[in-house]
Amino acid sequence: MSDKDLEKVAGNGLINRRSDIDLEKVAGNGLINRRHLLGLGLAGAGSLASSSLLAADAGLNLEIPGWSKQPGANANGYGTRSRFTENIQRMSGAPNPLYPGGGASRSPLHELQGSITPNSLHFERHHAGIPDIDPAQHKLVIHGLVRQPLVFSYEDLLRYPMVSKIYFLECSGNSGSLFGPNPADGTAQSLHGLVSGAEWTGIPLSTLLDEAGVEPEARWINAVGADAASMGRSIPLNRAMDDVMLALYQNGEPVRPAQGYPMRLFVPGCEGNISVKWLTQIKLSTEPTHFRDETSKYTDTRLDRKSLQFTFPMGTKSVITSPSGKMKLERQGVYQVTGIAWSGRGSIRRVEVSADGGRSWADAMIESHQSEKALARFRIPWQWNGGSAVLQSRATDSQGNVQPSRTSLVTEKGNISTYHYHGIQSWAVNTAGDVANVYA
Amino acid sequence: MSMPNIIEKRNKLVALSLAIIALISFSSMMQAQTIGLGTPISESQLQGFDLIAPPNGSGYPDGSGTAVQGKVIFDRRCAACHAMDGSGTSGNTRLVGGNMQSAERPIRTVGSYWPHASTLFDYVRRAMPADAPKSLSGSEVYQVIAYVLFLNGIVDDSMVLNKDSIMDIDMPNKDGFIDSSQAL
Repeated sequence: MSDKDLEKVAGNGLINRRSDIDLEKVAGNGLINRRHLLGLGLAGAGSLASSSLLAADAGLNLEIPGWSKQPGANANGYGTRSRFTENIQRMSGAPNPLYPGGGASRSPLHELQGSITPNSLHFERHHAGIPDIDPAQHKLVIHGLVRQPLVFSYEDLLRYPMVSKIYFLECSGNSGSLFGPNPADGTAQSLHGLVSGAEWTGIPLSTLLDEAGVEPEARWINAVGADAASMGRSIPLNRAMDDVMLALYQNGEPVRPAQGYPMRLFVPGCEGNISVKWLTQIKLSTEPTHFRDETSKYTDTRLDRKSLQFTFPMGTKSVITSPSGKMKLERQGVYQVTGIAWSGRGSIRRVEVSADGGRSWADAMIESHQSEKALARFRIPWQWNGGSAVLQSRATDSQGNVQPSRTSLVTEKGNISTYHYHGIQSWAVNTAGDVANVYA
Repeated sequence: MSMPNIIEKRNKLVALSLAIIALISFSSMMQAQTIGLGTPISESQLQGFDLIAPPNGSGYPDGSGTAVQGKVIFDRRCAACHAMDGSGTSGNTRLVGGNMQSAERPIRTVGSYWPHASTLFDYVRRAMPADAPKSLSGSEVYQVIAYVLFLNGIVDDSMVLNKDSIMDIDMPNKDGFIDSSQAL
């Protein structure tokens, strides 16, 4: 991009009133220093048209709108969103009559901001549907290699001291189609929507295990849910005694049925499947159970045909959520490139963005609390001059893990298994402004 | 004894006393944090609740069955999804065949991939059939998994599967897995 191009944009209404700001280009194909984020009146993708025209030029005369002239609706018991945002929905496949209750719904990442996913839009994955559990009848049993097996009621558990932590949750199979030989024509939601972020409140699992008294020979906990599949996973005791919690609240309200009401296990940073929902049984043992979902599924077969079992932490990862797949840039000008980044092994320290397919990179601004194993929102301004571009983001975590390219990930892992994809996402922008998933 | 030595000893004594006081107050604090609302229960009270069947054989019920018996159940309760011959109606429902060492991308099934026969018992008992999980008796589970093992050529159709004989079954891919649970 040349300085002349910048001038042209400046003359278009967006930037000329702030001509004192020197738009420092920090990487190829239009990336602008992140320090300009606050200085520019940036428009999100697709909404640039209105801000690039002066109101007077458009012949607008502002009037008092109708809703300012009559009383509005009353307060109500449980909130609803604007009828104008009801199009923001999770995406799920058609129900399979041969697999009742199986399936997933994906968060609309491209329509959300910040780093917390609303409970109604948090992704879901079920193996036998959502049970309708009466908390008064639900029990949590801790037994096996303990001094005293114990059973807890929901009411008992509500009296325990709790902690609140912000964490991401990601399905092991998220982004799995990117292992495939050809790039799927998808959106940030359809390709990457099995990740969400929330504040989880619950009881440190170690508190409850200590009360039952862990026997010295115990090495694993075997956790089972109360759904129709009685879904189970084995988790090493050392991890269970670390930052694992029995989660009772999500974003301040009781965990919803689709997320495990009345209680779920929550294993921070790890593949979502081990955060067993509708938790009803914890059995301590010397060996894992080798449940179906830790042998047949959720295992990673390598190119040498050996399969890795119990691969828990999710990789260092980021994805640009806007502009992203199937969006259209309607006008040239400055856009805010934004997305989310996360790591199962720490916090996000750095996100770099490229607009030229990885030839040059610029640091994005990371905002909000950069807490451990949580989503981080990143942003950087980008000047689109109508040319073709490939937008990418690359995350680095607090342990120094750098998000790999798709090519290096697939070369290393092969594609026999499609779990734990965390390669760099490439969104191509063509000269018409269409954005599409590509391998680059 | 020289003066510095006495002072050193006295300091050590003070440090030890402080440590003991700290330990006592810490342990009383820990006791105060024990909420203790769980109700004691015995393992015998969990017999009908605990469905965990690990490879060490500790979770199998009584009962027994053969593949010949299992075919009757399979045809009626399982074949709609898994097909009469276990070849499945989708990639995820295929139960039979495959080879982990095949040149092309391996097809992973109970026969080619699953490392433990216990997993088959555990999963069928807790989650199958998908439209009526936990509706099979212990013997029916032995029968139907004997049939799935038979379809994979792992047992013959007259083998009586029970909590003892299941321990002798070697799954073809039993050495195919690497425990990564402690990987950082």
